Amino acid sequence: MVEDANKRPIAFRGGGFTLKPGRWASWIAFAAVLLLWQVAVGSGLISPVFLPSPLSIVLALQHLIATGELWRHLGASLGRIGAGWAIGTAAGLGAGLAIGLFSPARAVGVPVISALFPIPKIALLPLLILWLGIGETPKVATIALGVFFPTAIATYSGIDAVSLSLVRMGQSFGLPFGDIVRKIVLPGALPSILAGFRISTATALLLVVAAEMIGAERGIGAFVTTTGNLMQTDQLMAGVAVLSILGLLIGTLLTVLERWLLRWR
Amino acid sequence: MELIVDGVGHDFGTLSVLDGITLRVGAGEIVALIGPSGCGKSTLLGILGGLLRPLRGSVSIAGAVPRDSLNPFTYVFQDFALLPWRTVAGNVAPAERRERVEAALSRIGLAEFRDAYPKQLSGGMRQRVGIARAMVVRPAILLMDEPLSALDAQTRELLMEEFLALWLGERVAAVYVTHNLAEALRLADRVVVLSRRPGRIKAVVPVTIPQRERLQPAAQAELAPLHDHLWESIKTEAQVADREVIDA
Repeated sequence: MVEDANKRPIAFRGGGFTLKPGRWASWIAFAAVLLLWQVAVGSGLISPVFLPSPLSIVLALQHLIATGELWRHLGASLGRIGAGWAIGTAAGLGAGLAIGLFSPARAVGVPVISALFPIPKIALLPLLILWLGIGETPKVATIALGVFFPTAIATYSGIDAVSLSLVRMGQSFGLPFGDIVRKIVLPGALPSILAGFRISTATALLLVVAAEMIGAERGIGAFVTTTGNLMQTDQLMAGVAVLSILGLLIGTLLTVLERWLLRWR
Repeated sequence: MELIVDGVGHDFGTLSVLDGITLRVGAGEIVALIGPSGCGKSTLLGILGGLLRPLRGSVSIAGAVPRDSLNPFTYVFQDFALLPWRTVAGNVAPAERRERVEAALSRIGLAEFRDAYPKQLSGGMRQRVGIARAMVVRPAILLMDEPLSALDAQTRELLMEEFLALWLGERVAAVYVTHNLAEALRLADRVVVLSRRPGRIKAVVPVTIPQRERLQPAAQAELAPLHDHLWESIKTEAQVADREVIDA
């Protein structure tokens, strides 16, 4: 070490601009909001008819579970989401694959999808009821339509993003077309397809509620509408809570699926 | 098997990139292809392996293709072209030839990484996977597009040693595209110099010293003037090509 009278440390100036994950802050904030809400309703500051307290929502939910009414509505909604999502996803994957791989399909498909994608699908429900009759079919069809478009777009844009050099590599090793699609194109498009699933499941949830609000006896959407009309706000809020829990569950499921399928990233 | 390139030329639109390339690569021969940027080296390599259809001329083979060769024309890529979603073992066997995979992995020192994904590997290890993948299919001729240019200098040295061990062991022919004169002089039996765009063969320089001896001082002394000669022959081309890129 050189000893020098003029020696002085260099000032540190590299701090900040990095976000640290807060472990407890979010939970504390969440609990604080609930507590504030409970106190506000309990003290009579807010009328429970307009906004029931968190505690009464939990009690209403408990009651719904105990009487079995929750399962009746939830089961109907899940059945519609499941059928509509499966049909829309299968069709969307097929169309997206065709558009991604074959130029004629792209020439026809992309303009059609661009033209129809922006239509709010719930607006088509009355038309679908005219075509398909009253009952489950038009609701499932609305969800399938809503799911189809984001899935098709995510699929073909995922295929577009697959590096051409990987495809050329496959060809240079003599892989046949089917193998290139299965081993190179599809796995390469998978991240985009899974991102599309996030959009399509959210769309399915939105559409099932909307469709059930328009015309259904069972289903969470119907339940929310009915309880609203009867001013049973605690039950209404319990229904909304169920929907948000459902959305959260689907999201978590997709995260788990992504972590497993995309573990190579 | 001998590779015969006869009057090959190619354009991209109105841009002529290759012209009148006539060349023979003998069985087990290593030919380095050097030339300034944009002279069509990679285009020529694409044409040789059938990934690109030449607009003029033809590429053909003479003599029998080795009977056990699963893919006579096999590429090693500059960017490695590994499938990120497949493990090392899965990448080495893109066409499911598992029985040969283990042998190829251990020969190039990848056995313990067989279940790793490409993102977990260094650049050098990734290119080793690319080489193992190429060797598994028993090529008659390796088409190598700047296989070391994405790697650091030390890794390049290591891999050159490994290339030589493989080539001299298996006597597989190679066309080796590079910017690097030292690489060409270290590895090749013949160095083919291309002119700037449109790429034409400007010179063919044989290197007669056996590859194993090229690091010895006497050989180095002999190679130094060759290096200077090669550099002289592409320096002005490279300068003009450099300006061309900027003008474009």
